[in-house]
Amino acid sequence: MSILKVDQVAIGYSNALIIDDLSVSIPEKKITTIIGPNGCGKSTLLKAISRVLKTKSGAVYLDGRAIHQLQTKEVAKKMAILPQSAEAPAGLTVFELVSYGRFPHQSGFGSLKKEDYEYIYWALDVTGLMEFKDRSIEALSGGQRQRVWIAMALAQGTEILILDEPTTYLDLAHQLDILLLLQRLNEEEGRTIVMVLHDLNHASRFSDYMIAMKDGALMMEGTPEEVMTCLNLQSVFNIDASIATCPFSKNPICLSYQLFQKNK
Amino acid sequence: MSTPAEVSAEIEKLTEIKKHSRPIMAIVILFGGVVALLFSIGLSISFGAADIKLATVWTAVFNFNPDLTPHQIIREIRMPRVLGAAMVGSCFAVAGAIMQGMTRNPLADSGLLGLNAGAAFMLALCFAFSPGLPYMFLIMYSFLGAGLGAGIVYGIGSMSRGGLTPMRLVLAGAAVSALLGALSEGIALYFRIGQDLAFWYAGGVSGTKWIHLQVMSPWILAAMIGAVILSRSITLLSLGNEVAIGLGQKTKTIKVFGMLIVLILAGAAVSVVGAVGFVGLIVPHLTRLLVGHDYRWIIPCSIVIGGLLVVLADLGARMINPPYETPIGALIALIGVPFFLYLARKGGKEL
Repeated sequence: MSILKVDQVAIGYSNALIIDDLSVSIPEKKITTIIGPNGCGKSTLLKAISRVLKTKSGAVYLDGRAIHQLQTKEVAKKMAILPQSAEAPAGLTVFELVSYGRFPHQSGFGSLKKEDYEYIYWALDVTGLMEFKDRSIEALSGGQRQRVWIAMALAQGTEILILDEPTTYLDLAHQLDILLLLQRLNEEEGRTIVMVLHDLNHASRFSDYMIAMKDGALMMEGTPEEVMTCLNLQSVFNIDASIATCPFSKNPICLSYQLFQKNK
Repeated sequence: MSTPAEVSAEIEKLTEIKKHSRPIMAIVILFGGVVALLFSIGLSISFGAADIKLATVWTAVFNFNPDLTPHQIIREIRMPRVLGAAMVGSCFAVAGAIMQGMTRNPLADSGLLGLNAGAAFMLALCFAFSPGLPYMFLIMYSFLGAGLGAGIVYGIGSMSRGGLTPMRLVLAGAAVSALLGALSEGIALYFRIGQDLAFWYAGGVSGTKWIHLQVMSPWILAAMIGAVILSRSITLLSLGNEVAIGLGQKTKTIKVFGMLIVLILAGAAVSVVGAVGFVGLIVPHLTRLLVGHDYRWIIPCSIVIGGLLVVLADLGARMINPPYETPIGALIALIGVPFFLYLARKGGKEL
């Protein structure tokens, strides 16, 4: 079952088309990761899926309905997004930021109700931020900050989470920490997660479904086993990869790689 | 993983305590600020060339007797001036708060981003080509002028490669303000209207008449109500455009309404007091420091603190070197410039 369907979309900024005629389906209750070289349009695709960018033609369908025709607040009750390198305003506390996740469920001047508090505290609890809730966000480490944004998205209480490079700028342990959290949310709560990752091995280890892009086009999609092959990595990243099996997840990983020599 | 219901029991008592911490501060500021503002207004009315006691101010306001000269002075000269100062301060402060929130630009201020210079330029044109234009039309040209200034600055700013950074906008604002200022002065010289324009450059409230207040009040009232209605949306925008969209906000609509409110507030203020800068820079930062980041509190508190700042600046301007008046623009710049340098040093990316 696909919950999000991208149908023949063209997306671009001003005159430059970045993606032309791309179609892809995002499976429900799975973790889907988009991979591809820099500038291949993966963030652009993610922005179109999350209605941040309007498509020039084609449409994105959420539960079978065109996303741009839905009330944006209704979409926000089903889908939460975490943009790339989101930065909180100075002086904001963890609790305050997470509480803004309740916006789509509030009306009027927006005072928090009991249900809102429940979601906020639950989100703080799941992300292990309860003890930091009154701290200023700028006083936290990079990994903690990313957790705060994820907590905000969780407080939104949506089935779908969309994350653009949630692990960028984090050290190895914190990267894994974030991904394990996302995995837990997927496995225990059945949330659909769509994200862009740069690290192929993380993508392979944590994804049920992978989408590989290059030059604004879809190159291949499928399970990590289907996508993470020598040949595919050659055509997408132009690398000569040595593929092994992850001792933890048994998924294929890229052990090491080298560039192809040109004009050989 | 615990469910929302499970954690709810233990949080119940926590929320009762936490819920009110920041609003309490804001309410203190609002009430304390209003009291301080009223007191400063009274003090400012009593101070001047003719010595008037605070008690006389009281009776002149609440028990007016047209036969008494002090009452006449208070009613006809000092009250409009001081009330004008308060309104102008609130306008600049709220305009600055909205701009800072919507654009996440800590250096946003109607003076720094060319709105004030644009409005003043338009007023100079009005004086040159249509002398004696009634104030109710002047103020509308002032709104247009603020829009013109903002338009040019954003236009120039967005032409630069790499997009609009706070610093680029401020640079574009400085350049455009300098250009519009020079053009205004050129117009003043060519059409010999320097006398009429002088008080706008100086940035003084001494020329404020009841008619000004009457004309600008409905505009300002509407804009302030709009600002308060938008305040929650502005908080969301201050988290970043994409985050706001993700939370289901109609960002474009909010930005259009926010910008209109800013143009009305800045335009109205400039039409009375001239291109006074920095109020919109200082006050929102100060307010944020006191009441936190929620614009539902920042905007009402900025109304009060902005008014207070300009009333006090006007009072100071008259006390420094009596009987001459120091331009309040200069006085506020005295605090504003170091504050601007401090913010700029932090890299201008703290919002």
